[in-house]
Amino acid sequence: MQKGHFSKEFIQKIAATEPQWMRKKRLEAYALYESLPMPHTTEDDVWRRTVDIRTQDYWRRTRRHLRGFALEKYHPSAATNGEALGLSGLQPPSTSEETAGALVQVDGQCQHASLSTALERKGVYFAHLHTALREREELLRSYFMTRAVTLETALKSGNIALHNKFDALHGAFWQGGYLLHVPKGLRVEVPLHVHIKMSEAQQADLSHTLIIAEAGSQVTILEDNLSTDDTTSGFHSGAVEIFAGQNATVTYVQVQHWNRHTWNFASHRAIVDRDAQLCWVTAAFGGRLSKVNQAVVLEGTGCNAKMLGLSFTDARQHLDVSTAQEHVSPHTSSDLLYRTVLKDRSQTAWGGNIYVYPEANHTDAYQKNDNLVLSERAHTDTLPGLEIKAHEVRCTHGATAGKIDAEQVFYLMSRGIPYAQAERLIVDGFFEPVMERIPLESVQEELRKLVTQKLA
Amino acid sequence: MSNDLVIKDLHIKVQGKPIIKGLNLTVKQGEIHALMGPNGSGKSTLANGLMGHPFYDIDSGEVIFNGVDILELEANERAKLGLFLAFQYPTAIPGVSLANFLRLAVSAVRNQGTNGSDTNDLIPMREFRRELRDKMKQLGVDDSFARRYLNDGFSGGEKKRAEILQLAMLEPKIAILDETDSGLDIDAVRIVGESVSRLIGPELGVLIITHYPRLLDYIQPQFVHILLDGRIVESGGWELTQMLEAEGYDPIREKHGF
Ligand SMILES: Nc1ncnc2c1ncn2[C@@H]1O[C@H](COP(=O)(O)OP(=O)(O)OP(=O)(O)O)[C@@H](O)[C@H]1O
Ligand SMILES: [Mg+2]
Repeated sequence: MQKGHFSKEFIQKIAATEPQWMRKKRLEAYALYESLPMPHTTEDDVWRRTVDIRTQDYWRRTRRHLRGFALEKYHPSAATNGEALGLSGLQPPSTSEETAGALVQVDGQCQHASLSTALERKGVYFAHLHTALREREELLRSYFMTRAVTLETALKSGNIALHNKFDALHGAFWQGGYLLHVPKGLRVEVPLHVHIKMSEAQQADLSHTLIIAEAGSQVTILEDNLSTDDTTSGFHSGAVEIFAGQNATVTYVQVQHWNRHTWNFASHRAIVDRDAQLCWVTAAFGGRLSKVNQAVVLEGTGCNAKMLGLSFTDARQHLDVSTAQEHVSPHTSSDLLYRTVLKDRSQTAWGGNIYVYPEANHTDAYQKNDNLVLSERAHTDTLPGLEIKAHEVRCTHGATAGKIDAEQVFYLMSRGIPYAQAERLIVDGFFEPVMERIPLESVQEELRKLVTQKLA
Repeated sequence: MSNDLVIKDLHIKVQGKPIIKGLNLTVKQGEIHALMGPNGSGKSTLANGLMGHPFYDIDSGEVIFNGVDILELEANERAKLGLFLAFQYPTAIPGVSLANFLRLAVSAVRNQGTNGSDTNDLIPMREFRRELRDKMKQLGVDDSFARRYLNDGFSGGEKKRAEILQLAMLEPKIAILDETDSGLDIDAVRIVGESVSRLIGPELGVLIITHYPRLLDYIQPQFVHILLDGRIVESGGWELTQMLEAEGYDPIREKHGF
């Protein structure tokens, strides 16, 4: 495995065997990356504006945490061809249930990729992204960082062109990740599993998730982002792009549990076409600092997106999420529920916006962020927001933050339950409304386990 | 007997204000006591203070139960010793199912042998389910009750039945029922009354806090006490409830100079 630096030379090296258009794309991204300041070096940066101009305090907090970050310390690695590694001998992710396909990546290198022959025969494509670039070049050319996560994520409503330094970095140096392509009308009943891992010290992971579900198809992807140990410091600059075609049903679950020494930056964006259904679960437990922009674009009439978020922070973790529900077309609905529990001196920030474009009448949008703060020294900022340009809409939003309720603790203790267990019950109960909406029991189980680990 | 609850010269403050002002009372295992008193006289303050609610400050006095001064103990340790309070206003805990909670609670109070209060030995699921189903049937509650979130969206009557269900499952030595009959219609009072009377025996001592004699028709107390301004001013038998029903608290107030 070759380790490199975030330099133009390294791009030349990794792009040497890539198509001309990709090399050009990388270099353009690099030019933008170089022109943008680090978010912590300036007051007037996009990091303050990306979501909400009113949220200066909230950005200041993230900026401060970013000061400890030095990009030079981390090294991207050039992915070698999967074939050369001898894929078949490696272990698939261990899961308790059936899987239609699995992919394991460690430090950008594909270690395992499999897909059931039945699905392969029906035209499903599932592979490491470098392989896909050779085998499905045209798909990448039309979908890879062209419409979902782009270098200029322009909000139509605000007319602001937004540049994100880390998106530019990702565009320039992306390595690894996967393409999942489900052909028209095919219903994949069993989930596909992906494990993106970091193992080496000072590793930079720049994986890219690209999911294309064609019209009328159905698919479920369970993706884990994790470190192989608790101590090595890593850096992730990722992107997730999801395309749910007409009338498609897509369920995407991402569980982020990097270790506490990992810096996590990502932009996630889904484009939902007419009558499609997206169920999007984002769980976050790891990271020293995490900054994720997550947006769903309800592009086709009658489509629906359900966004569920669950996170639990401890120690000195800082977790910052900005969500956007962009209603472009009429008769679209979105429903967001994010719940966070904080321990120790951890901090979280959530800024969520619902945008309803002028044409998007009969929008039904819902947004809720609730926080349970277990320690006096933990801190959370929550900022729901609405920007409505259409006339006939139904939008509801709300946010809460509160300490653990002493009456609830007393009630449980009066029945013999010790304090620690009472706290645990209340935390589990707090997450329950999110859990019960997650359509997969295996995911619920995994999340419960991660919650329990945090409480230990 | 060591399982008696002995309250000696107890003083309790709420937000700096004295509410219980020198209260003496002994409830023995197997005895039934009724505590009556006008609104605001301090009945719930006494009950919560005995259970160890952090909001209620014990100023002075002693409460001996099972031979130990329980005022030093956490609420869960008091519960483990066999003290139970059916709350006047039970707290809702969203997201926590009644069954899940009760299994933890029952396991915690029954695991007396293990050292330390934390034990992970839960009573076996089958055994627990069977017991829970039987007791829910006796209380006339539907099976679905167990899956509902604790007191969350429960009607007044459902909350009170859930309290009695917990009483039945936890099998305490001394139970305090704080207005378990309030807000119930006649049928519900009958069900609650009959269920409690079924639990009564030489193993259980009960302190019933109530405003209405109708619950006492099902659970005949041997002792009746009247609380006025933080003190027990009268103790007697059944005849006290008759007198209260006929004349109210005024004659007692006058007699004691209020
Ligand atoms: N949590 C509380 N916060 C503030 N004041 C309280 C609280 N609990 C009790 N008090 C005060 O203490 C006094 C006694 O109240 P308590 O609830 O013990 O009366 P009670 O006899 O149970 O009345 P009721 O018959 O209405 O239930 C009242 O003056 C009440 O206002
Ligand atoms: Mg009361």
